[in-house]
Amino acid sequence: MAGILVFVEQRDGEIRKASLQALGEAHRLAAGEVSAVLVGEGVGSSAADLGKYGAGKVFIGDDANLKLYSAEGYAEAVIKAQESCQATAIFFSATVMGRDLAPRVAARLGVGALADVVHLEWDGDALVARRPVYSAKAFATVDTAGQKPQVVSLRPNVFAQEEVGGSAEVIALDGLALAIRAMVKEFMAAEGGEIDVAEANVIVSGGRGIKGPENFALIRELASSLGAAVGASRAVVDAGWIDHSHQVGQTGKVVSPTLYVACGISGAIQHLAGMSSSKVIVAINKDPDAPIFKVADYGVVGDLFQVIPPMIEAIKAL
Amino acid sequence: MNCFVCVTSVPDTASIIKIGEDGKHIDESGIKWILSPYDEYALEAALQLIEAQGGEVTAVTYGPARAEAALRDCLARGAHKAVHVIGGEATLGDSFKIAQTLAAVLKDREYDLILTGVQGVGTDNSQVGPMLAEMLDLPHVSAVTSLEVGDSGLEAGREVEGGKEKYSSPMPALLSCNKGLNEPRYAALKGIMAAKRKPVEKIEVGDLGIDETSGTTYSVRSLELPPEKGAGTVIQGEDDPAAAAAELVRLLREEAKAI
Repeated sequence: MAGILVFVEQRDGEIRKASLQALGEAHRLAAGEVSAVLVGEGVGSSAADLGKYGAGKVFIGDDANLKLYSAEGYAEAVIKAQESCQATAIFFSATVMGRDLAPRVAARLGVGALADVVHLEWDGDALVARRPVYSAKAFATVDTAGQKPQVVSLRPNVFAQEEVGGSAEVIALDGLALAIRAMVKEFMAAEGGEIDVAEANVIVSGGRGIKGPENFALIRELASSLGAAVGASRAVVDAGWIDHSHQVGQTGKVVSPTLYVACGISGAIQHLAGMSSSKVIVAINKDPDAPIFKVADYGVVGDLFQVIPPMIEAIKAL
Repeated sequence: MNCFVCVTSVPDTASIIKIGEDGKHIDESGIKWILSPYDEYALEAALQLIEAQGGEVTAVTYGPARAEAALRDCLARGAHKAVHVIGGEATLGDSFKIAQTLAAVLKDREYDLILTGVQGVGTDNSQVGPMLAEMLDLPHVSAVTSLEVGDSGLEAGREVEGGKEKYSSPMPALLSCNKGLNEPRYAALKGIMAAKRKPVEKIEVGDLGIDETSGTTYSVRSLELPPEKGAGTVIQGEDDPAAAAAELVRLLREEAKAI
């Protein structure tokens, strides 16, 4: 079986967890023939480490002009790596960067791409992918209709990272023809290092039942006791109680964490579409007929202002 | 300022999805088709730009006859004219073929900006924008939530995991637009009436030299509904919320092993 090339995402030299998960899945699928491509400025020191997670070769695109992300520049590095390793598939994690870069790379290679997949297996030399569509109201089983290389982005927190303990051969990519027009000029980190819902293992979300923007403090307190990200329903985002980056659902982020706690969220179909593939769902709501209880594994019918504070105490006491 | 806005027609987000008889597509009976919600942000951005700087907004779609409603919606909200490439049923979800078709329509036209929604709601690929940019040799910024356009370049912001990125790009460029960029206007009655008289250029996809059945890059083997969930455990917390909270935490710890 031909190899798989994995684009590994880093910020300030720190490798993203989602990329290690993509490497893990590539390793599982390719039985060892895995290459990685790492792009940035001065990222070489992180490269050798990738052997531990399954990469046999690591291609480095190192250039001052690649310090901050640009689809055009990063695509050039990925394509140079692909020219060298001739992989049958190129994996990205379905992060904001991965979902921006994968289609640009695919189009430059003259092929399509499979976005945001949650399961992969081989059928001969074709990758068969399962991906949520209609905001996870349905799942499609798809392939690239025979096109190679098969460009795929893998949803974060779905695939397992593997520690295989190998070491990687590091190869610098030379002769990158960087013609960059659109590029990131500045990255502004979120205040307080908040966890993003798209990456979080645990999410605590607030909806209209929290009554006012000031009560997100209670949601944040519960989230912090669980090491969770803060999510929100569309209603409270549209009301301006919290930034859109927190919105879970059809016009927000589609998430599948290990634990999803919905507080004061009735469960409109668009919200359910965005979170119903979470592993364990908890709903806290006053209305026993709220649709959210239909998808909840554990539901508490009650006043969230009465339930959450003792819940935080009980979690802290664990 | 010449803006082309690429839009698509999708099932209303409140639709209940059922699987069609072929097991590969949704059952379209009873589906209400709407302008894809993210395309509203793209259209609004274009309308605001031409209101400030002058120019023209053209809405473009690639879809079957019913997709004309999405174009009329754009015209009613203020787009000047529209282009309808008729086809697209065979290429649903095939971002590459869709981008190729749009590139064939747009390559010889004059534009400063091409805008599109960050994704078509339903197929949820988020790929047509960057692919179209690559095919037209344009710079792109995807998932844009803030935008300032100057004479020859633009600055755009977007949300990424853990923060925000600020981009700069020369023009012409392609932008895919995300929720948060603006507050899309609704079509007023006057606009709806005016839209009926605005021109819609119709092109058969075959006339662009595109064969929808060859060179496809996305093949759907099957479409399924997610597995039904069994009934969950319900804890009554009205009388003794503290006890309910303790029981919930115990269950999450001991039974679900989720905390």
